[in-house]
Amino acid sequence: MTILKTFGAFALGSALMGSAALAGEIVLNSDHSDPAPKKAMEELIADFQAKNPGITVKWNNFDHEGYKSAIRNFLTADAPDVAAWYAGNRMEPFVKAGLFEDVSDVWAANGLDDQLKSASASMTIDGKKWGVPYTYYQWGIYYRADIFKEQGIEPPKTWAELLAACEKLKAAGITPFAIGTKALWPTGGWFDYLDLRVNGYEFHMDLTSGKVPYTDPKVKAVFEKWGELVKPGYFLENHAALDWQDAIPQLVQGKAAMYLMGNFAVATMKDGGLKEDQIGFMQFPEITAGIPMAEEAPTDTFHIPSGAKNKEDAKKFLAYLASPEAQAKMNATLGQLPVNNKAAKPTDKFLDAGFTMLSNAYALAQFYDRDAPADMAKAGMEGFQEFMVKPDKVDDILAKLEKVRARVYK
Amino acid sequence: MANRSPASSGFWKRNQRRLSPLFFLAPGALMFLIYVVLPIFQSIWISFHDWDGLGAKTFIGIANYAELFSDDAFYTSLTNNLLWLVLYLLAVPAGLAVALFLNQTVTGIRIYKSLFFFPFVISQVVVGLIFTWFYAPNFGLFSALIKSLTGTEIAVLADERFVTYGIIVAGLWPQIAYCMILYLTGLNNINPEQVEAGRMDGARGFRLFWNIILPQLRPATFIAIVVTVIGALRSFDLVSVMTAGGPYGSSRVLSFYMYEEALSEYGYRMGYGAAIAVILFLIMMVFITLFLVRMLSQERNA
Repeated sequence: MTILKTFGAFALGSALMGSAALAGEIVLNSDHSDPAPKKAMEELIADFQAKNPGITVKWNNFDHEGYKSAIRNFLTADAPDVAAWYAGNRMEPFVKAGLFEDVSDVWAANGLDDQLKSASASMTIDGKKWGVPYTYYQWGIYYRADIFKEQGIEPPKTWAELLAACEKLKAAGITPFAIGTKALWPTGGWFDYLDLRVNGYEFHMDLTSGKVPYTDPKVKAVFEKWGELVKPGYFLENHAALDWQDAIPQLVQGKAAMYLMGNFAVATMKDGGLKEDQIGFMQFPEITAGIPMAEEAPTDTFHIPSGAKNKEDAKKFLAYLASPEAQAKMNATLGQLPVNNKAAKPTDKFLDAGFTMLSNAYALAQFYDRDAPADMAKAGMEGFQEFMVKPDKVDDILAKLEKVRARVYK
Repeated sequence: MANRSPASSGFWKRNQRRLSPLFFLAPGALMFLIYVVLPIFQSIWISFHDWDGLGAKTFIGIANYAELFSDDAFYTSLTNNLLWLVLYLLAVPAGLAVALFLNQTVTGIRIYKSLFFFPFVISQVVVGLIFTWFYAPNFGLFSALIKSLTGTEIAVLADERFVTYGIIVAGLWPQIAYCMILYLTGLNNINPEQVEAGRMDGARGFRLFWNIILPQLRPATFIAIVVTVIGALRSFDLVSVMTAGGPYGSSRVLSFYMYEEALSEYGYRMGYGAAIAVILFLIMMVFITLFLVRMLSQERNA
């Protein structure tokens, strides 16, 4: 054991020496490795340094998958001054382990409680703010506007209209919904929207925070609605073998007509050869009449680790990141929506539609795998995938999920 | 000589033969201790805790194991591991068959040999990707073949009935090549006099192979079985690349389940992952002990 301790101390010591930051330097770790996010970060850092001449930003850019495990190491061993992460339950383990710094003062000093109001709830744990959100994007149904026109279909506003549209498409030999569930998470979008529309936001939040059993009849009702799409074969066949991008060609070739996805899918659809006026966007239709419409809007955030060495300058960075100008410019490059409600509106057709939808939303959900704790989310999405293949096993699946729920939320 | 202290030189002289092997062993033994032996005990220790890798560990006794034995996913993984073990062993006879086939002197035989050996050289990840495309619905070669034969398409990797078999077939491809190489070297060392003697006594064909050739290949067979069994038990890369354990967890194996629980994006249940690792270790121990006992008894007989 002593050998281990000595080794540990040695490793920690050399790590600390390696990262000893200069005064006026902040170290920033993030996973903006794709071209657009990378460019957005470069611009953000350059603008911040121009505004704050005394401070330089040292940026370590990670790839997505690597970042998820790297953050656990660097937060404990060699903390940067600013780190990228996600809102909601995803940040809870780090907050509870005391690895994130309380930044309520940054919010108070810059009037963020008002300007970042829509994301305020998902940044709050124990009444304190733990980071600053800078971007989000809408989810909804993207559809082939030209195919809808050909078949004489109006974008459905209610569940009955949606079912009628599906029937018509299916009869014309077109699969109504594209989906690829190999990576599991696309099923989470379906469950979230069905639950938000069947039972409403409050119930959905109670469910994802473990207060309601999965065997509750209200949860069963969600799967009954889902079954109305699964059983007649309204989803792409073999979806369990496909990643979400693999389902896009079906949409491009006109073999499928709709796709419930996040706004990032538009870029892939355009790369696939669809023109802007071929793609339409609609809000997920109403199911239970009278339930206020809540939407899905995953939010990306920056945090200050509690082990940061230059917290003062890091807070300046967060304040700048929260400002309307910074968010407007950054999101124009990202192709996403600014969280700050004072920021300039996006000009893109889909973002504009998303902006209007989210501004009128009753409440925002983060996404199943960010609202529910990690191990519940994994089991849940696996269950959703199984349901989409074998809808008759719904009772077994829900019993299995309930067993996991009983363990996860102790 | 005279000015050296007699006590120290005397001690070194007396014990030199006993001590120097220890000095030579020390660096390797130390590394083995730190990187292999200690982690084993650490894993066993962690498996008695509830721990997310960040906060404090809570001691929960055998609760992880109790949960494991009522966990459907664990039994699915265990069953798949058994399937792997049994079917993966097909690589041994298949490798032998290929080796016998290639063990002839024809022009260009070296080229054929290297072509057959090729799959072993590519990384498992690439093998996984190739087979994923091979099975892919809509454009894969295999699914096109099945469609032209039966009229319906089967997405092998999305169907819980076939998925594990599909991955094992992908794994067999390089493993057969490996066994083949082992047997080819074995065949080079066959004693021609014994074969000659067998021929004189009228043995030919299968009887010659079974009674004269195969016994001489025993060392190669032993190694081939050992590496194949171990390869089957630690199968991870192919599962991870081809299906990530899906659809809905039906192609998981123990090592992948351990990774999922302990280290993946949705995991970080270190204690539970460690418990799975301990079980896998115990299963491996059974085989390792069998092999060791066999090897030791052979050495004693030799």
